[in-house]
Amino acid sequence: TFHFKCDIQGEKKPYKDVIDVCWGDPHGAGMKPLTFVRQVLAACIYPQLLDGGNLPMDVKRRAQKLLRWCDGGSVGSYTNTGGILEIVENLAQFISQRDGVPAHPENIWIHPGSQTILTLLLSSEATPKRGVLVPVPGHSTVPLSVAALGGVAAPYFLDEERGWELRADELRRALASARGVCRPVALYVINPGNPTGHVQSRKSMEEVIRFVAENNLFLLADEVYQGSVYDANSEFVSYKKRLYELGPPLAHTLELASFHSASKGLLGECGLRGGYVELLNMDPVVMPYVERLFHLIPSPPVTGQIALELMVEPPQPGDPSYPLYMHVSPKVHRNRSSDIQSAAPMLQVLNRLPAISCQPVRGGAFAFPRLHLTTKAIRKAKDAGMQPDMFYCTKLLEDTGVFVSPGCEYGQKEGTYHIRFGFLPKHHLVRLSAFHLKFMKDLS
Amino acid sequence: MSGLSATRCGLPKESVAENGAPPRGKVLTIDTMNPTVKMVEYAVRGPIVQRAVELEKELSEGRKKPFQEVIKANIGDAHAMGQQPITFFRQVLALCSYPELLNDSTFPEDAKSRARRILQSCGGNSMGSYSASQGIDSVRQDVARYVQQRDGGVYCDPDNIYLTTGASDGIVTMLKLLVCGEGASRTGVMISIPQYPLYSAALAELGAVQINYYLNEEACWSMDIGELQRALDEARGHCNPRALCIINPGNPTGQVQNRKCIEDVIRFAAKERLFLMADEVYQDNVYADGCEFHSFKKVLFEMGPEYSNTVELASFHSTSKCYMGECGFRGGYMEIINMDDEVKAQLTKLVSVRLCPPVPGQALMGLVVNPPQPGEPSHENFMKERTATLSALADKARLTEEVLNTVPGISCNPVQGAMYSFPRISIPEKAVKEAAGQGQQPDMFYCMRLLEETGICLVPGSGFGQKDGTYHFRMTILPPADKLKILLSKVKEFHQRFTKQYS
Repeated sequence: TFHFKCDIQGEKKPYKDVIDVCWGDPHGAGMKPLTFVRQVLAACIYPQLLDGGNLPMDVKRRAQKLLRWCDGGSVGSYTNTGGILEIVENLAQFISQRDGVPAHPENIWIHPGSQTILTLLLSSEATPKRGVLVPVPGHSTVPLSVAALGGVAAPYFLDEERGWELRADELRRALASARGVCRPVALYVINPGNPTGHVQSRKSMEEVIRFVAENNLFLLADEVYQGSVYDANSEFVSYKKRLYELGPPLAHTLELASFHSASKGLLGECGLRGGYVELLNMDPVVMPYVERLFHLIPSPPVTGQIALELMVEPPQPGDPSYPLYMHVSPKVHRNRSSDIQSAAPMLQVLNRLPAISCQPVRGGAFAFPRLHLTTKAIRKAKDAGMQPDMFYCTKLLEDTGVFVSPGCEYGQKEGTYHIRFGFLPKHHLVRLSAFHLKFMKDLS
Repeated sequence: MSGLSATRCGLPKESVAENGAPPRGKVLTIDTMNPTVKMVEYAVRGPIVQRAVELEKELSEGRKKPFQEVIKANIGDAHAMGQQPITFFRQVLALCSYPELLNDSTFPEDAKSRARRILQSCGGNSMGSYSASQGIDSVRQDVARYVQQRDGGVYCDPDNIYLTTGASDGIVTMLKLLVCGEGASRTGVMISIPQYPLYSAALAELGAVQINYYLNEEACWSMDIGELQRALDEARGHCNPRALCIINPGNPTGQVQNRKCIEDVIRFAAKERLFLMADEVYQDNVYADGCEFHSFKKVLFEMGPEYSNTVELASFHSTSKCYMGECGFRGGYMEIINMDDEVKAQLTKLVSVRLCPPVPGQALMGLVVNPPQPGEPSHENFMKERTATLSALADKARLTEEVLNTVPGISCNPVQGAMYSFPRISIPEKAVKEAAGQGQQPDMFYCMRLLEETGICLVPGSGFGQKDGTYHFRMTILPPADKLKILLSKVKEFHQRFTKQYS
């Protein structure tokens, strides 16, 4: 889709700019970086800034502290394989405070993504092939990684009519079906959901945990949107916390990898590539091999590590940077982001339009409305050699410059069509609405 | 660095009997784990480094040791050893991080205009946006221009440039593409011995067959086509050799291959239909008189269309070495030549799975290939810093070779380039036996003793590979000159002591 966008540039269009709300990229969609984060980052990169008078005291102190943690006092040095020790300890503290359950630095690795743990779980030589149950709809990097490692990504469907609920009976069906083509070894969940925007209930999480335990699966929990929950009635609970609530023996035996990053939520620093994984209940004999695999990546990027540190250690009341930080994110202490616009007003507009309906967006960064396309529209798409929702997105881009992604890229129930986009400011929503009405009218 | 690694890495004994049976019901056990992972080892951060970290912790706790500090001459990390970053690069990156600084008059105009250009290429004008998976367009164009200029005008297509997360990421990605097949048709990859252990670790993880070809220590670690042929012919019996990896300038060996050698290798690769992987991250680190860096691509194209139209080549560079030493930024690129179009499409897909390389690293790569030009405000200072760093390295390379060669039982080839010396050490029979008794390689035994007695952390040659019966260690030339002198004299004293003890 990225190439596709580039293809149309340079032609004369009835709009001045392409609005890219396609990737989950907050800065790309117009969100401003946090001043405190960027000031500290700049001072770490160019410590001469610490001598001048222009940066607030807390920025300087923080940068000095970070530089002391770097070999040779430089962000250009390699760090420990799993990340700078002090930052890992702060991540552990963040997790402990969030969950009310102790987290140990030895189980936390600063490293973007799930590649390493998947490498351990899968094997290109295994027969039968190993499988990972993945959510549909769900973003595609894990299924692609699984396939690249010689595994099978076996889908389980989220229930759209019930707000994209993850149902135990569907998990059972999916597992039975998967067993026909592979040996399932893991279950991958995304909570809050991407693209679906659901936030799992405690009950649903318990069902998942019990399901995983009963069927001897490794649980992979992508929780990168934990900082983005909008619905007053929803609450992010980490899988680790939920597991501990269920107590032993599950809490001490279920193998869990939880992923978080500085790419979403308040910071939105995707480009800095700061992420971590917390491993729980791993077989101790396996851990040295986990370590060896992490060694193959010489060092996680230091700029990403800095972003993580600042994510878990924001300015405190009394710090010079605190007022500006809070102005941007007044609900930060409750782990909610109001810097990203709430989805509710946008959904109201969408749900009033004909032939489009959207489940409540309780968290995450996207809306994933369903397009109720006419037979005529579907036929026209097929004639053009495209998936119907891709056809819709193509026309939308060409006619209005609004760039959203089609549901077919995330998977969806056969015969349903969706689009995914980040939260749109009002005037962009207007373009989309106008297009939608015309599209549906022309192909009625 | 402190005790965390030590805590993590107390390698448990592997025998099941000592550990008891694995906990019942675990999904991921030593038996269910991807079997190739068991073969993965990476000497540069292996057991000796773990011990070094423990010793540092002990020192910081006030424990008495026969040394004041641990000197980590094991890893090619220039800044950790006190090398200064290039001011211009850090200025531009700071401006990109916090664009308010564009209003700060203490920053030079050329830094500001570079920063503006980079930010314009970023989504939302922020380094916090994802970039295209292949890398920021304007940076790839800058890289292409650099390569073209470096190689005397040989055309470089920006579409063949992939920005990577350091060079290691690019190398591993290419290996993933190359490795396939089963049993006797499993991909074989030729790597030089001694080698940088990333290669062997990656090959182990991918389950590829490692084909060792020995560099000629007697001829200054040069490549020998006869030896390449021997290794290849032997390998054909049990695997499908498809790739040949070269590190030039060499790691750990420090040799800079001469032009004829590179031509011979290209002819060999063409004849035997091998994909060439040219790791050139040390391309600016050339010290010895009479030595010159020749890029594989340039030589390939100067050999005419018979070769330049057919030989498949991937060249790698990064921001971690040379005069920049910016390891922590994870900047790098690879240039792909003559790759099949369909495979290239798969490569593009493969890199998209990891989304994008860190944007600050991409920006930095762009600056490295597009530094201040004559006439620009920062040019003079940039050249001063660059020259100072490179000449300091050259001095240290010479000093290292000189001092080590005064030690009976140590012989050190000229450090022509890169950042390391890889001297050959003689280890007395008695010591070899004692090492065997402890289940250690003799040079690991030697290096561990060196560490415990002097605080100096080196990497044993067995971690890089070496001819049977020979022993080496790899030492970086990175510590500041005065510290390096002390380090070298301590190594000398230790070697003499050790030799005497085991004579």
